[in-house]
Amino acid sequence: MSTDVASPTGSAPAVPAGLGGGGRGGWGAGSIRPVLIILVLLLIAVGIRQPDFYDPPVLLAFLKRAAPLIILAAGQYFVIVAGDFDLSVGSLVTAEVVIAARLIDGDPAATWPVVALLLAFGLLVGLVNGVVTTLLQVPSFITTLGMYLVLVGAVYTWTGGSPRGALSEEFRMLGRRGVDGVPVLGQLPYAVLVLAGVAVLAVLAMRADFGKVLLAVGDNPRAARLTGVRTARVRTIAFLVSGACAAVAAILLGGFGGVSFQVGAGLEFTAITAVVLGGVVLGGGRGSVAGAMLGALTLQTLLTLLNLLGVSGALSSAVQGLIILAAVAVGTLRRRT
Amino acid sequence: MSTDGARTRLRLPALDATSGVWAALALALMLGGTLVALDGGSLFSESSTISLLQRAAGLGIVAVGQTMAILAGSLDLSVAYVISLTSLVAAETMAGSDGMVLPAIAAVLAVSAAIGLLNGLLITKLRINAFIATLGVGLLIKGYLEQGYAGPAGSVPTSFQHLGYDRIGPVPLSFVLFAAVAAAAWFTLRSTRYGHHLIATGGDLDVARLSGVRTDRVLIRTHVICSLCAGIAGLYLASRLGAGAPRVGAEGGYDLESIAAVVLGGTVLAGGRGGVAGTVGGVLLLAVIDGVFNQLEVDSFFKQMVRGVVIVAAVAVYALRLRRTSDRRKAAVA
Repeated sequence: MSTDVASPTGSAPAVPAGLGGGGRGGWGAGSIRPVLIILVLLLIAVGIRQPDFYDPPVLLAFLKRAAPLIILAAGQYFVIVAGDFDLSVGSLVTAEVVIAARLIDGDPAATWPVVALLLAFGLLVGLVNGVVTTLLQVPSFITTLGMYLVLVGAVYTWTGGSPRGALSEEFRMLGRRGVDGVPVLGQLPYAVLVLAGVAVLAVLAMRADFGKVLLAVGDNPRAARLTGVRTARVRTIAFLVSGACAAVAAILLGGFGGVSFQVGAGLEFTAITAVVLGGVVLGGGRGSVAGAMLGALTLQTLLTLLNLLGVSGALSSAVQGLIILAAVAVGTLRRRT
Repeated sequence: MSTDGARTRLRLPALDATSGVWAALALALMLGGTLVALDGGSLFSESSTISLLQRAAGLGIVAVGQTMAILAGSLDLSVAYVISLTSLVAAETMAGSDGMVLPAIAAVLAVSAAIGLLNGLLITKLRINAFIATLGVGLLIKGYLEQGYAGPAGSVPTSFQHLGYDRIGPVPLSFVLFAAVAAAAWFTLRSTRYGHHLIATGGDLDVARLSGVRTDRVLIRTHVICSLCAGIAGLYLASRLGAGAPRVGAEGGYDLESIAAVVLGGTVLAGGRGGVAGTVGGVLLLAVIDGVFNQLEVDSFFKQMVRGVVIVAAVAVYALRLRRTSDRRKAAVA
C-alpha cells in the first residue's frame, strides 16, 4: 500500500479492480458513493446556513468559483488513474497566468492568440512530463516535481521577480462574465459552460476505448503492455490532458483572480486531494472521473460551508486535512470488511 | 521483482548511484569553482564554505529522515510543517531563559515523535496511502499554525544560539549535527536488525511480512524517526533565527526539497534501494549549486530551474543504469 506512492508496478491491488467505470456500485475504493453522501450532507448544511444558496444565480456563482478546481481535478484524474502523479499543475497555472498578463499587456487584440498559445503551452508541458516519465523512466513524482521547480524558476526569471503587464478585459471575461438574459438562470457564466464541456469530454473519453486502456495501464502496466497496449503513449496522453486542463483552469482563474505568483500555489495538492476524496486510488487503476470531479466539488462546498460558519481561513486547512483523512480511512476500512 | 540474489541486487545499483552523485558533486565543485574563480571570486573561501555547509545542514537533517521513510517505501510530506511547529515549540518553551533549553529540546522531540507516530499509525493501521496521510497531517498542523500565529513567536536564549552560529574551524556546529544524524542513520541501516527490516519492507512489503518482519512496526518506527529528524531541523532553525517561525518550513520548501535531495542521492522513490551516503551527496550537490549561483550573483530563480533539471536528469541517468545492469544480468543468466 504505501509503495503505491511511487511504484504502481510493484504492488498488487488489495481487491480485484472494479468494472470499467471503477466499480460505482459499492462502498469500496473507486466507488463514488461515499463522496456523494458527503457532498449531499455538505450541500444540505450550506442550504440551512444560507437559504438562498439554491437560487439559480447564487448556485451558478458557486459553480463558477468551483470550475477551475473541478477542471484541474479532472485533468489530474487521468494522470492518477494511469498510475502517475502531476505535481506541476499548480506552477503551470501560475506560469500560464503570468505569461498571459505579460503577452497581452492590456491589448484586447492579443487575447485570442494568447489563449491559443496558453493551451499549446499547457500541452507542451504535459508532453515533456509524459515523455520524460515514459521514455526516460523517471518516476512521474520526480519528473513533475522537476517541472514544478523549472516553471516557478522560469516564470520568476522571465518577469524579474514581479508579474508584469495586464490581462485584457476580453480575457478576464471568460472567468468573470457569462451569457446574459438566460431565462430562469439569469446569467450563465462562461466558466460553467467550459466546465460542462470539460466534464462531458472527460466522461466520454473514459467511456471510450481510451478510458478502458488507461484504467488497464494504471491497474497493471505490465499486463497491459503484454496485451499490446502502447503504455508509454497512453500515459503521455494522460499528461497532455492534465496540462491542457491546467491551461483551461488558469484562463478561468486569471479572470476572477488577479495576476500574481500565488494564483496556482498549492493547487497541485488540492487537486490530488480532490481526486482522492472522489474515491480514486493513488497508484492507478481504480476510480471514475465523475468521482474525481465530485471530489473537487465537495472540497469547494466544504470551503464554502466553513466560510459561512465563520471558521477562519486559517483553520479551514486543518478541517480540510481532517476530512480527507477521515474520508480515505473510511474508504479503505470499508474495503477490508 | 524477484528476490533471488536480493543482496547483490540491493547493493550494486545503490553503490552505483551513490558514487554517481559524489562524482557529480566533485564535478560541480570543479566546474563551479572554476566559474567562480573566472568571475573573480572564490568558492572555497572560508565565508562561502561556511555558508555552503550551513545551507546544507538544515535540509540535510530533514533529508536523512526522509531517506529512511523513502527507503521503507513510504514518504513524508508533513516535514515542512513539523519544522515550523517545532521551531515554535522550542522558542516558546525556552522563552529566552537558559534553564529551559533542555526541557524545550525534550518537548520538541516529544511533539515530533508524536506526529511521526500519528503518521505511522494512519499509514499502517488505517491503511491510508502515505502520500495522503502525511499530506493530511501536514494540513492539520498548517491549520493550527495559521490559526495561532501571525508571525515569529517566542525567543531563544543566547546560549542556544551557539547551535546555529558556532563553528569548529571552518565547519559550522550545525553541519556537525547533520553529520552525526547522517552517521547514526547510516549505522542503523547498515548494522541493526531494524535497518535490515526497513530495507526489506521497502523492497517488497508482502515478501517482508511473509518472511516474518513486523512491517507495521517498522513503518511506524521509521515515521517517528523521520519526524524526529524534522524536529531536530526545527531546533536548528529556531536557534538560527532566534525565534520560532510559523512559515519557515513551508517557505523553505523542505517537504519537496528533501524528497528531491534523497532521490538525487540515488535512493529509489519506490523504496528498498539506496542509502544515506547518497543523500548526503545529494544535499551537498544542491548546496554547491546554490553556492555557485550565489557567488556568480546569478538570478536566484534561475537557480531553481537548474535544480529542477539536475534532479530529473540525475534520476533519468540512474534509471538508465538500472536498466542496463538488469539487462546485463538477464543476459548473464541466459
